[in-house]
Amino acid sequence: MTADGKTPPIQPRSNLEALLRAGEFVVTSELQTTDGADPVSVTELADMLRGSVDAVNCTDNSAAHPHLSAVAAAHLLADRGVEPVVQFACRDRNRLSLQADLLGAAALGARNVVCMTGDDVTAGDHPEAKPVYDLDSTHLLRVARAMRDDGTYVSGRALSSPPSFFIGAVENPFAPPLDFRPMRLGKKIEAGAEFIQTQIVFNLPRFRTFMARVEELGLLDHVSVIAGIFIPRSAASARYLRDQVPGIDVPEEIVSRMEAAPKERQAEEGLQICLELVEQVRGISSVSGIHLMSIKQETAIVRVVRESGLLPRPLPRTSNAPAAEAVAPSVARS
Amino acid sequence: MRSDVEERRPPQVAPQPKGFRKALLLIERSSKEAVFDCRMCGQCILHSTGMTCPMRCPKNLRNGPCGGVLQNGNCEVYPDRPCVWVQAWERSRKMPVWRDHMEHVNRPVDWRLGGSSSWENLLTHRDQHVPTAWSEAGDVVDLTGEPPDVVYLEE
Repeated sequence: MTADGKTPPIQPRSNLEALLRAGEFVVTSELQTTDGADPVSVTELADMLRGSVDAVNCTDNSAAHPHLSAVAAAHLLADRGVEPVVQFACRDRNRLSLQADLLGAAALGARNVVCMTGDDVTAGDHPEAKPVYDLDSTHLLRVARAMRDDGTYVSGRALSSPPSFFIGAVENPFAPPLDFRPMRLGKKIEAGAEFIQTQIVFNLPRFRTFMARVEELGLLDHVSVIAGIFIPRSAASARYLRDQVPGIDVPEEIVSRMEAAPKERQAEEGLQICLELVEQVRGISSVSGIHLMSIKQETAIVRVVRESGLLPRPLPRTSNAPAAEAVAPSVARS
Repeated sequence: MRSDVEERRPPQVAPQPKGFRKALLLIERSSKEAVFDCRMCGQCILHSTGMTCPMRCPKNLRNGPCGGVLQNGNCEVYPDRPCVWVQAWERSRKMPVWRDHMEHVNRPVDWRLGGSSSWENLLTHRDQHVPTAWSEAGDVVDLTGEPPDVVYLEE
């Protein structure tokens, strides 16, 4: 049953949904943003991640910097046999443009979407830009659900064929007001969220408290929670997250542990921290998977998945999933 | 003025405030701006948000805080100011009524109403307009998606 009392569809919309429904512990990751017009910049990363993760997020002008469009990246990923998760931020587009791109993403093969507010333009390299925020993330979730379930734009005008999406949202268990966060998650579920990717987890006690409350509110009957995990590459990157990225709670012990390691060993230490976090998060029964993030180290993502014993990834389970024959033999899963 | 221009105007656009309606607008604006730092969105939900104007949020969020709230509870865009939604949450907990409104999904903003009097829009039901396919299931206001009849206050 979903939040509005509808029974779930017989067919999962995406492979990610199929795996979550089957109770698999899923692994998703994030595509490193690219700034090139050459599709190789995306397909190279796709080839690197294929087989190690179940789906890959295409970020939408992350950190308020323009990058290759998420919808285009999703199409390139789907073409290479990697299931995309398309992020939609409310910062850059009004409701007309968001709906047009939701439809466009579906037409190009995207079956997972994640709706979010988006970092403010002042955090990016175009701070003088006009922010849009016509809808908020909760509104966008419900608009996406209306397009899928009612087959109309939010205006009521009919779509000739509705998109088929597994609809996701984000939540930050670590940002104030902490007590409101689980309730806000409930609002997103009411609006249409079926899976959640969380902000980066470093503060485990805080995350456990959040998950316990989410469970207590009965929200896990409606939603799967995927924990965000970051692989710090250096002490500087840990400090950067703590000081420069709003909403991320990096405990002092993580930073000091990274600083204590000699410079050439810091990447290894970051990987160790990440492996420990994955281990701990897997121990929380209400968590359905992990979402791995790194800055320019796809090889580390693959290593974390392998060394956590999460390989091999389960085979695609839906007809919607990217076709296996799209995978060139030379880059097939190892 | 050409008459066909008048005819093409959609019914929910607030007519230019004149006379009594202008007086109402001026009273609302001066009092609510002073007390709540109100941004005159014309579709007031102050009572649902602990009497904290959500339009003061730089992202115009109507359903709760974004994920960028700083650890000290301040705004990511204006780090020297408290997050509007942190204030809304704390104040709503102290409210004797409407506390549960923080759980409700608020509808998208009708940007046509910006700058108009929410009191007038409340009386005329102009603030009840929702996009046709916006589902209010489980919401504060029970609307079936039919646009409400708009009444105009007489001059």
